[in-house]
Amino acid sequence: MILLLILLPVLAGVISFFIRPGWMLRSILLATAGFHALLTGGTWLRQPASVLEEWLFLDAPGRLFLSITSLLFLVTSVYALGYLMREDWGQRQDFEEGMLFTNARESVFVCCLLIFLGMMTLVTVSQHFGLLWVAVEATTLVSAPLIYFHRHVRSLEATWKYIMICSVGIALALLGNFFLAVAATTATGHDHVPLLVNSLVNGAANLSRPWLKAAFIFMLVGYGTKMGLAPLHTWLPDAHSESPSVISALLSGALLNCAFLAILRINQVCIAAGLAEYGKTLLLGFGLFSMLVAASFIVKQLDFKRLLAYSSVEHMGILSLAVGLGGDGVYAAMLHAINHSLTKAMLFLVAGNILAVYHSKSTTDIRGISSILPINGVLWIVGFLAITGSPPFGLFVSELLVLKAALDQGHVAIAMAYLGLLGIVFIGMAAIFCRMVQGYPAELPTFDTSQLVPNRTVATASRFFHESPLSVLPPIVLGMLVTLLGLFIPSPLQQTLIRAAATVSGQ
Amino acid sequence: MKLWTETLIVLLILTNLKLISSSRLSACIRIVAVQGILLGVVPLLAGQNPLTWRIASLAGLTMILKGMVFPWLLLKAMRSANVRREMEPFVGYSASLIVAAGLLGFSIWMGRQLPMPFAVASPLITPMAVFTIMIGLFAVISRRKAVTQVLGYLVMENGIYAFGLSFAQQEPFLIELGTLLDVFMAVFVMGITIFHINREFNHIDADRLNALRG
Amino acid sequence: MNILHPLLNPILALFLAPLLPGIINRTKAIVAGRTGQPLLQLYYDLFRLFQKSAVYSLTVSPIFKAGPLVGLACIVMGLTLVPMGGIPSLFGFAGDLVVLAYLMGLARFFTVAAALDTGSAFEGMGASREVQFSVLAEPALLLGLAAISQVGLIRPLTALPTAIPLESLSEMLARLSMSVWMADGTVLLLTSAALFIVMLAENCRIPVDDPTTHLELTMIHEVMVLDHSGPDFGMILYAAALKLWIFLALLAGLLIPVRTGNFWMDGASILIGMVVIAIGIGVIESINGRLRLIRVPQLLAGALVLSVMALVMVLWG
Repeated sequence: MILLLILLPVLAGVISFFIRPGWMLRSILLATAGFHALLTGGTWLRQPASVLEEWLFLDAPGRLFLSITSLLFLVTSVYALGYLMREDWGQRQDFEEGMLFTNARESVFVCCLLIFLGMMTLVTVSQHFGLLWVAVEATTLVSAPLIYFHRHVRSLEATWKYIMICSVGIALALLGNFFLAVAATTATGHDHVPLLVNSLVNGAANLSRPWLKAAFIFMLVGYGTKMGLAPLHTWLPDAHSESPSVISALLSGALLNCAFLAILRINQVCIAAGLAEYGKTLLLGFGLFSMLVAASFIVKQLDFKRLLAYSSVEHMGILSLAVGLGGDGVYAAMLHAINHSLTKAMLFLVAGNILAVYHSKSTTDIRGISSILPINGVLWIVGFLAITGSPPFGLFVSELLVLKAALDQGHVAIAMAYLGLLGIVFIGMAAIFCRMVQGYPAELPTFDTSQLVPNRTVATASRFFHESPLSVLPPIVLGMLVTLLGLFIPSPLQQTLIRAAATVSGQ
Repeated sequence: MKLWTETLIVLLILTNLKLISSSRLSACIRIVAVQGILLGVVPLLAGQNPLTWRIASLAGLTMILKGMVFPWLLLKAMRSANVRREMEPFVGYSASLIVAAGLLGFSIWMGRQLPMPFAVASPLITPMAVFTIMIGLFAVISRRKAVTQVLGYLVMENGIYAFGLSFAQQEPFLIELGTLLDVFMAVFVMGITIFHINREFNHIDADRLNALRG
Repeated sequence: MNILHPLLNPILALFLAPLLPGIINRTKAIVAGRTGQPLLQLYYDLFRLFQKSAVYSLTVSPIFKAGPLVGLACIVMGLTLVPMGGIPSLFGFAGDLVVLAYLMGLARFFTVAAALDTGSAFEGMGASREVQFSVLAEPALLLGLAAISQVGLIRPLTALPTAIPLESLSEMLARLSMSVWMADGTVLLLTSAALFIVMLAENCRIPVDDPTTHLELTMIHEVMVLDHSGPDFGMILYAAALKLWIFLALLAGLLIPVRTGNFWMDGASILIGMVVIAIGIGVIESINGRLRLIRVPQLLAGALVLSVMALVMVLWG
């Protein structure tokens, strides 16, 4: 069953590479996404057996992250259906610099997208640190062509930075892996100690402490690069702003979580070895610093996709902070990861809709979304409220729990800093989002104005922008899920959250 | 045996020094190829256990991939981009050498901070690996051309790999295979990206990719 | 060992040193297929120069006249400190390697001072280059010798690197037998490479400097001595030959691990080694061009790094 989860998207991806007709590719994408989601749903009913000498096993945190990934993939692939149908495959002008560019082939896009899903699945189920590394690096490589989907200079720049920074970062994580292997090798020589999470946790007392510490630092930095913790986040805003919105949604909602899971795994080993305090300090530091950097870039941000990307940095910081706090914080982190993924994906999808009509990413030029795109306008505001942690959305609950964890442990200073930064982010985002939604467009966005009646008004203009169901339904679904999670957490999910929190805190 | 291991380590260190002080890209690529071949010898010498099928095939694969395939890919990227030299790096060549001497000292210090919990072929292996990683990072930071940056990444990966090959011998074959495959794909994707960068910008100066910020 | 044995090196050097440039030049001539100068050309030159009288510019001070004299004196003193492989030097004491390095530094200082004393723009340029390169060459030399001092010592495992007694150059080189080479060959090879580069730089050989060039803009050492004439210039040429002898003797002692204890055998092997190295220099000069001036510091920095590596390996390896 686990193998099927991984191989299904990979095989479908390979097949779709050789297919040309667009409708076939799109149906493969949708069918695979649906089937993958069904299989993932099945794992909630029946625990799948471990495969390959327990290298692949779906434990509670793995299942949680796998479910987010699979769900997001299903929703975004529905959105991608509409996106790919709308896309103009010929040569066209770039709206920022006016250069001509084309898209990558649709089959390449679908192929990479599906293999991307397969690799993310592999990350969530691998219990072996080596395999985990291989999978994380593979996600970087298959997502690079996705970022370079619109073949113009800016996306190329973003792709280069993405590959270079992430590859170098993840190479450091590989070094961490080898350090871990040394830590696990006993003084008697080259004994066979498998780098499985479970066996390492069980034999944690025998691990060599200095080597384990070094391994933790390198893995934190390595996977932290991929997760977007400041100051290692520099690739993230570029990649998120230049890739198609579908991809941004997946990068932010699913990929960052996968890197987070990798950090959780090594943290788990560290806690078991009695190095909890050591890891805590580092995680708290990275977390607060990420929030600080993100907050300072969010205020007065000129590009709304970059704004969302920095918001991701902020939330990764919150996750790191929450895990660093320990105790209830770990549970909060699990819940927060889910909430953030759903909300951020929703926002990116809406951002894609706005971009498609306005042909601009500027936060200062765009006005009056609600007058032209009423549904998207509402979603944009809902998303903003949700992502900044306003009630009744899920993020309110999880952010409150993080605050509670900080206060419970007497970290008053951290709690104050946390609240202050959240406040700054709220104000910064509110200024930008409200401005974008309200008012009227100064001049109508660049589109075929000859279709308009000569005496055009904004009110009549809205008729020309059709908000197709495929573009608004996916964000609506995500928005509803976030709201639901804020009001009520279903008991199977609750149990899994608790078990996941227990697992990653080394119990 | 000790003489051979030490000679190998010194040769690896020397390839790093040569890399950091050469301006011709084709020379740099050739040096990295030599380094790849040398790296293939590491598991043959470092392992105390007799030569097994596993180690032999690993050594062979390393030599083929790191010594031949990667350099070939990079040479192709270099030719397509039509660049020969790394002009005006951020840090000059003599200064780079001095920095390298400092890094070497740091690596040795670090090697002494992390003593091996078991007997090893030579106490210089850890410093050598750390030094190679540092030189790779330094090349990524201090050079402008995309090809040189990829070379830096490769050298860094080589250092990590050298460390892994000499100590972490219980790593399952599958993982090492996967690692090699990943690095191969990384170089492949980077090569393609360089090709595209050259086509779009007519240069491959990574520091001039600066449209995105803020 | 006979009391006269340590006299071998200084006496041989004083008589045979001018042969070494001759060997190098003959090699270059043969490789290039030219007739070339005779083997003993430097003897003829010296003979001629010492018969002439010196011409001095009106503007120079006594420093200018002292330059060649002090230079030669320093090098001759240095000769007495250099062993020939297993054969000890005339004077040997703990830390004599530092004295050796600084005697050469003193010679250089006076050459540079004399060059600056002329007030010529070209000589000032040469002096600046000479000093710039020696900044890198000197630490390479000292660190390389320091590395040799640690090779082949039988150290208890727990001893700190500082707890080693100081030794003379003779004792250091006398230890380098075949078995030491087998054990610590890597270190010795690194040091030899570093010292070889330093030798090329200190003696103005290609690829650092071209001794045959006559274009002032590219010269380093030759440009500094343009204004010397007659016996002064003879002393400079003689001192240069002796300096080459010192370096070749050190290098041969390092590279040729013949330590039989038999005086004649050891001495002969070192002499043969020096001739072979001289021929090697000739070959290198034939197949290499001079480096661009900008690249010279890089070469010397390379030598420095090699020395550091050797020292590090022998201390912690």
